[in-house]
Amino acid sequence: MNNREYQQIDPQALATPPPEHMPKRARRRWEVFPGKNRFCCDGRVMVARQGGVLPLTLALILITSGLFFVFDCPFLVEHLTSCIPAIGGVLFVFVIISLLQTSFTDPGILPRATPEEAADIEKQIDNPTGSSSSYRPPPRTKEVVINQQVVKLKYCFTCKIFRPPRTSHCSLCDNCVERFDHHCPWVGNCVGKRNYRFFYTFIVSLSFLTAFIFGCVTTHLALRSQGGNGLVFALQASPFSFTFSTALELVVCFFSVWSILGLSGFHTYLVAANLTTNEDIKGSWSGKSGNEDVGNPYSYNSIVKNCCSVLCGPMPPSLIDRRGFVPSDDSVQTSPVEIELPAAKNNRNMVGRAVTSGRPPPPPPPPVVTLQQPDISIQSHSTA
Amino acid sequence: YFHNLQELRHSASLATKVFIQRDYRDGTICKFQTKFPAELDSRIERSLFEETLKTLNCYYAEAEKIGGQSYLEGCLACATAYIIFLCMETRYEMILKKISMYIQEQNEKIYAPRGLLLTDPVERGMRVVSFAKSQDGFLKRWHHLERAKHDL
Repeated sequence: MNNREYQQIDPQALATPPPEHMPKRARRRWEVFPGKNRFCCDGRVMVARQGGVLPLTLALILITSGLFFVFDCPFLVEHLTSCIPAIGGVLFVFVIISLLQTSFTDPGILPRATPEEAADIEKQIDNPTGSSSSYRPPPRTKEVVINQQVVKLKYCFTCKIFRPPRTSHCSLCDNCVERFDHHCPWVGNCVGKRNYRFFYTFIVSLSFLTAFIFGCVTTHLALRSQGGNGLVFALQASPFSFTFSTALELVVCFFSVWSILGLSGFHTYLVAANLTTNEDIKGSWSGKSGNEDVGNPYSYNSIVKNCCSVLCGPMPPSLIDRRGFVPSDDSVQTSPVEIELPAAKNNRNMVGRAVTSGRPPPPPPPPVVTLQQPDISIQSHSTA
Repeated sequence: YFHNLQELRHSASLATKVFIQRDYRDGTICKFQTKFPAELDSRIERSLFEETLKTLNCYYAEAEKIGGQSYLEGCLACATAYIIFLCMETRYEMILKKISMYIQEQNEKIYAPRGLLLTDPVERGMRVVSFAKSQDGFLKRWHHLERAKHDL
């Protein structure tokens, strides 16, 4: 005799979650991001894993500028002109804003390949010997001719893509970055296609700022020592805080001016030649052993055009969609019930981006193998 | 039409995919290869495929064009310490929206009736244009939904 009882399951009941099983909170894409970046403000702000010395950079800038505004500006406004704090203020604002934008902007990270893409690429570069050894096969490269120059595209084993030209994988951030320049610890982020102009603005305005502060401080000291009997006397007459701040500003600015001015000069050369630090260091386009055929294929051969394209070119959007939602399983969002649901229940599929709706997804559907045709009606047997 | 396409997207995850890779011969600009893949031979006419890809390439070329308008945008942005990027939509983003509309239109008119679904490259990090090739059940379903829609 059969003791089991079967009941017909109402399809509508399946649409609501059983009470003991709470629907999972929809996760945003930044929470499952595979690289080593850190995100704040619910994905709006991103930095590299190692904050690097960004706090130190900020502290140096804020403290030195602060001391300048507090100790030097009042004196100079009185003795020279009130333009001094105005100019200083503008430069300071530019420096801070461009620094924050360099640090918090996506440098041009390439999202990793989906499993299907990776499989497709693997098929294309199948090992001809067919051996399935456990060691990593030799690096795979593809050659492409750009502007009569042969360029090798390397395969990235982490991201499972062939890197586009000028793209490099940053080991600190564990991401492939387009037009990779370098990873800057001072800024705590990679410098790449999307934030290079911010970085350039930062170092140029910082060089002006440090040079300006340095000039103002020396002018201040010079003016003070004119009044009395020389510099030493003037310093002795001043309060200790003044001496200390002056010394600090001079030291910081002196070292900064040389290094940052030098860096700005170097990057100006890179911009004019449409090169990246990475390419310059590796010597990718400098003729080796007098080989004159090698040249930069990306350069427009005009300084003005190079500068304009690097600094004033169109701003490409971020490719990693940090704030989109991760679909609850793979890419199926529909409930297991036969679809005749109104369109409103489905995702607000924003055109062009894989952003799904903010509502929590329906409870995990049974493993989807078929096109939404589960057996939900079971014959009811009654045990007689 | 909209939620029909939604469904197709969901079942597209189960279909076989054909990937069109980037064409880097002109440098780092966004351009896709227009070579007709053999796997699509039975599904769609070569001319339609090439037309779609060429139009896409044109859109991207326009987005990345360095000319008067992009200089204006760039200089203005620099002068405002790049703060306008937080407030304004860039030209590139506007063109990406146009591209999405175009792809949706192409899907509705040309590709879905043939059992194919074109994915916007921006959802794949601009690496590939992917065509999802469906199984037969999918095509029947599409026609069923279309008929149901017309009956309403």
